[in-house]
Amino acid sequence: MFNSVSALPGAFSAGAATVSEAGLVGMVTLKADLTDKKVAAAVFEVGGAKIPGQRCIEIAPAGAIAWMAPDEVLIVCSHADAPGVVADLDAKLTGTHHLAVNVSDARVVFDIQGPGAREILAKLAPVDLHPDSFQPGELRRTRIAQVAAAFWMTGDDAFRLVTFRSVAQYAFDVLAMSAKPGGEVRYF
Amino acid sequence: MLILTCPNCGLTAEESELAPGGEAHLKRFGPGSEDADFEGYLFQRANPKGVHFERWRHAYGCGKWFLAARCTVTLEVFGTYPAQTTEPPTEIVNKIKAKRPDWSLS
Ligand SMILES: [Zn+2]
Repeated sequence: MFNSVSALPGAFSAGAATVSEAGLVGMVTLKADLTDKKVAAAVFEVGGAKIPGQRCIEIAPAGAIAWMAPDEVLIVCSHADAPGVVADLDAKLTGTHHLAVNVSDARVVFDIQGPGAREILAKLAPVDLHPDSFQPGELRRTRIAQVAAAFWMTGDDAFRLVTFRSVAQYAFDVLAMSAKPGGEVRYF
Repeated sequence: MLILTCPNCGLTAEESELAPGGEAHLKRFGPGSEDADFEGYLFQRANPKGVHFERWRHAYGCGKWFLAARCTVTLEVFGTYPAQTTEPPTEIVNKIKAKRPDWSLS
C-alpha cells in the first residue's frame, strides 16, 4: 500500500491574503456530450449537482461540479471518493461515448483567502476580477503568470485555485509573491 | 493587444490566453494528390496585409479551437466563429465589406 501525498503539504504564506495548499482533493474529469440527458443524469447522481451553465460551478454536498469546456466537466469530491466516482460514472454511462478519469494526483489545489485575494489573482491572470465582473458561482480557466490554472470563489474574498502538480512550487511562489506586503494596488 | 471572443466558452480572451494556429479555411491535399498541391497545402500561406481569416485556440481557457476574421494591420476584429465552419460566414463577410469596401473574398 502507499499513502497519497499532496504536492506541497502544509505550504502556507501570509500577506495581503493567505495562500495555503488545500491538501488532498479529489478531482474527476468527465468528457462527454453535456447536452445528453443520460450524461446529465449520471453527473447528478454521482456528483450530487446538475451540470453547470457555461463557465459556471455548481456546489455539491460533497464538492462541486465545474464547467471546463463545452464537452467537459470537473467533478470535485473527496480524494478517497474519486476512484468510486470514476467507477460509478463508467457504470452509468456504459454504451454512451464518454471518458472519466481520476486526475486528483495530477493537480494541486490552493486556497487564497483574505481582503487582498481578488487583487492577488488579478495581478497574475488576464481576468477582470472586479466584484461587478466576477462572483461566486463562476469558474475561470486561465493562466496565472506562466502556468494554466482554474479558479472559483468559495466566499467573499476567498478563491480556490487548481493547477498542475508539476508546477505546484511555481504556482505557490508566484501567488505568495503577489500577496507580499507592499505590493498592494488597491484598485478594487 | 489582440482580444478575441471565444465562441466555445463565450469569454472575451486576451492574446496571452490564446495560441495562434495560422491561416484558416485551408483545403487539404492528402495522399494521391499532385506534388504541387501538396506543397501548397503544407507551405503556401496567404499572409495578407489587411483582412485575414485565422485559426486560434483558447489554449489557457476552454482549450478549444475557433476561427477569427481580423485585420493584420489595425488588429480590428470583424468576428469569431466556430472551427467547424468551412468558409467565412456571410454575416462576417458582409461586416468586412461594410468596413473595407475595396476588399473582396478571394
Ligand atoms: Zn474558450
